[in-house]
Amino acid sequence: MALSQGWVKRYFKAFCKGFFVAVPVAVTFLDRVACVARVEGASMQPSLNPGGSQSSDVVLLNHWKVRNFEVQRGDIVSLVSPKNPEQKIIKRVIALEGDIVKTMGHKNRYVKVPRGHIWVEGDHHGHSFDSNSFGPVSLGLLHGHATHILWPPERWQKLESVLPPERLPIQSEEDCLHGSP
Amino acid sequence: MEYGQWWQSLHRTMLRGVLGKTFRLVGYTIQYGCIAHCAFEYVGGVVMCSGPSMEPTIQNSDIVFAENLSRHFYGIQRGDIVIAKSPSDPKSNICKRVIGLEGDKILSSSPSVFFKSHSYVPTGHVWLEGDNLQNSTDSRYYGPVPYGLIRGRIFFKIWPLSDFGFLRDSPNGHRFSDD
Repeated sequence: MALSQGWVKRYFKAFCKGFFVAVPVAVTFLDRVACVARVEGASMQPSLNPGGSQSSDVVLLNHWKVRNFEVQRGDIVSLVSPKNPEQKIIKRVIALEGDIVKTMGHKNRYVKVPRGHIWVEGDHHGHSFDSNSFGPVSLGLLHGHATHILWPPERWQKLESVLPPERLPIQSEEDCLHGSP
Repeated sequence: MEYGQWWQSLHRTMLRGVLGKTFRLVGYTIQYGCIAHCAFEYVGGVVMCSGPSMEPTIQNSDIVFAENLSRHFYGIQRGDIVIAKSPSDPKSNICKRVIGLEGDKILSSSPSVFFKSHSYVPTGHVWLEGDNLQNSTDSRYYGPVPYGLIRGRIFFKIWPLSDFGFLRDSPNGHRFSDD
């Protein structure tokens, strides 16, 4: 009787110790380093979810890369939706602060991206709820940088940061600084 | 020969001891760092405020206690003082009072202008204003702030001790309309 009680107490102690180490470390890892997410919707076709609702891609979101809010044009990023804070959206960065963008369907034809903001668009124009609807988004809403597709296995790949040529900014901050024509 | 062996064994035990201690130290640092992250992210923490924009409710260099549960449960209300990431600089934080939630009608121009313009706070956003209206850069300058930028809600002042306690309502007597 005494032996089995001792065993239970020791097991319980070990469990608590492990629990209070493992849970905070795991939560911090998923919040600060990287996590995975399933992509839903067609706004990033054909880069993500080309099969529509048949098979959703699962992507690796890298939080560590964006801990200083550094993104490049062409990156695929996840952010907190400005219209619904309970939802995260995944889009491509088209323009950074200081760039002038030619919009597609926004109320203004040309928009200069303010300081601390970025312009994001889905690859599937017309089927995407992005900056053309809600304008430039604050960098503070940035959640992660989607770097790889992990599932389905036949779609394993590294996601490239490529900007479609027709979506290049009209005038970028670097152009202004170097005095372009 | 003997000296070499003795030196080797001393080196080994010292190294093992030091290495073991270093690993243990690193392990504890990671563990407590993670607990601190979880505590601040999901429960709350102590914050020091700087700047004059929330006078007289919060003065420069006051220390306050912020809780982060309300924003996770979407329980931020009109009249709450919140900490949020600055819309124009994500690395710095701002501390303002929530004047309007989504859908509220807001007076978006200063009261001295003859023609007052109203606007509605868009979905997913809040309207923030400092209590010190003369000396505050807030939504009147940079527009409505997305709810996702809110980090936590300030509800208790710790320092200075003369002002210890729950925070007061807005001195500007806001008419919180429920349009």
